Amino acid sequence: MTHPVLSIRDLSVEIPTRHGVVRPVDGVSYDIAAGEILGVVGESGAGKSMAGNAVIGLLTPPAHISTGEIWLNGQRIDQLTGDAMRRLRGKEIGMVFQDPLTSLNPLLRIGDQLTETMLTHLPISRSEAEKRAVAALDEVGIPGAAERVNSYPHEFSGGMRQRVVIALALCAEPSLIIADEPTTALDVSVQAQIIALLRRLCRDRGTAVMLITHDMGVIAEATDRVAVMYAGRLAELGPVRDVLTHPQHPYTHGLMASTPLASQGKSRLHQIPGAMPRLDAVPEGCAFHPRCPYATDKCRQPPVPRVTDGQAACWYPLVDEKVI
Amino acid sequence: MLAYIIRRIGQSALVLLIVGLVAFSMFRFVGDPIDNMLGQERTAEDIDRLRAQLGLDQPFVVQYFKFLEGAVQGNFGVSYRQGRPVAEILLERAPATLELAAVSGILAILFGIALGVFTAIRRDGVLANFIMSASLIGVSLPTFLIGILLIYLFSVELGWLPSFGRGETVDLGGWSTGFLTESGLKALILPSITLGLYQMTLIMRLVRSEMLEVLRQDYIRFARARGLRDRAVNFRHALKNTMVPVITVIGLQLGAIIAFAIITETVFQWPGVGLLFINAIQFVDIPVMAAYLMLISVMFVGINLLVDILYFFIDPRLRADRSGGH
Repeated sequence: MTHPVLSIRDLSVEIPTRHGVVRPVDGVSYDIAAGEILGVVGESGAGKSMAGNAVIGLLTPPAHISTGEIWLNGQRIDQLTGDAMRRLRGKEIGMVFQDPLTSLNPLLRIGDQLTETMLTHLPISRSEAEKRAVAALDEVGIPGAAERVNSYPHEFSGGMRQRVVIALALCAEPSLIIADEPTTALDVSVQAQIIALLRRLCRDRGTAVMLITHDMGVIAEATDRVAVMYAGRLAELGPVRDVLTHPQHPYTHGLMASTPLASQGKSRLHQIPGAMPRLDAVPEGCAFHPRCPYATDKCRQPPVPRVTDGQAACWYPLVDEKVI
Repeated sequence: MLAYIIRRIGQSALVLLIVGLVAFSMFRFVGDPIDNMLGQERTAEDIDRLRAQLGLDQPFVVQYFKFLEGAVQGNFGVSYRQGRPVAEILLERAPATLELAAVSGILAILFGIALGVFTAIRRDGVLANFIMSASLIGVSLPTFLIGILLIYLFSVELGWLPSFGRGETVDLGGWSTGFLTESGLKALILPSITLGLYQMTLIMRLVRSEMLEVLRQDYIRFARARGLRDRAVNFRHALKNTMVPVITVIGLQLGAIIAFAIITETVFQWPGVGLLFINAIQFVDIPVMAAYLMLISVMFVGINLLVDILYFFIDPRLRADRSGGH
């Protein structure tokens, strides 16, 4: 059996604060196989991005990995430091950020940004890197790539810039891409194009993708499996079809029920009552219990329910409860 | 871009005219030059005759236009005190000030940027914090006090460096330079530190805060996420973006160095245009004052113009006439 590209085991991230330690990521485990797209979904502050930052080694101190392991292609990487981790970034793990308007350096030509990334990681000559830069832009669908390599970021529209960002993330051919809300800042009409592009490129190359988003539409459209996060913990993990149509966790169910559908017409949208707890006030037991219609005393006490093989992190998983 | 430069030059000329006008209207309050020029034994006729001869009986607007008329031909009149053409005196004094300002400016820019980058990258380091605290001294101590302290330490106590003057100078086709003699170079050290210290600390603190701001930007995170080396992230990506606002301030500070030279030149008895100006004020030597103020404003305006043009080379977003884009 082959290794998954990325394997996260019981990962926790802690931030020491004046009011005690908060844990924005708490005991999260999942794998991503080559060519697979894992959607990580959840509300703001659920720890989706923090987990991605932990994988690529870009946690901002004082945030740090407190427990758990991260394995990339069979190599343990959570303990790598400094230069060893830097070598992996870009080379083995690419990252796409949310806002393409701010993630490109405004003062450097995009061709230079591409070649510098390739020259940092690949044993190729400058002229070879320049050739590959044109090819990379061509591949992400930038028309007239041979001329546009000499353009500056401000000469591109938002969607085009996100294509450039994807070309940059992929140019050293990493085995894993972490896409942190890659379409949130884009026009709706462009979102689908970018998602389709990301999907096509990663399928072709066998790149594993961690697609972080809060957009259920993107999840349904692009991902193979989905991890639902709530208050830093994994609530549910499974193939996208199962999770979307037969959610086991009451939170996932609520999330699905509150996604607007055109077929519903103008009827009132479902809401989950209350709000996600602040990280410094996560309740005992299941973090979702104050908002859960099915909560019992068991849910209000430790231990915390965890995701197990094929089962959501819930003592009373919903059985065959269809959404809508 | 050419149209832009022409428009800016037009604006610059307007600024110069207004500066001249304001300066001229102020001269009437400095005192009456006639008092100084004629001794105690003077008659009312002497005063009137000299006043008419110098054109001081005319309204200041008329005086101003006469001054302008001469100035565009390079004629700034004759110094009341020295009886020589002002242009000649200024040219004689300019090398001293320009050399002092150049050395101070280069010191301030080099050390200011280097220390600013260092304190930004090693934000929490012990040495960086020490430098930041020490820089408060540079910002808060007045220039003349720094000069006097340096003289006390290096000239009086240690006796290493001269306390005043330019040392020996060599005449290179009308330009007297202190760069070519040992005593000239030695004499430059204390005044240029005195003059440049404030600008250096200012540039350093500005570079630091701008750089910290830039280091928080998404494109720096993205550069790190692409695994670029720290050196490339800090210098290629961050420093270049830091320089856009910093250049404006550096430009203005270069003008300020020449203007502040008045104080340093007085402390060190440096024979430059600043000292000339101080002496001219005491004597109400209007032609010298007018020419000096025009010279300083030409320099400020010129540096600003240069800074604006520099933007074009640093920031591609300003090159509006480039083709392409959506």
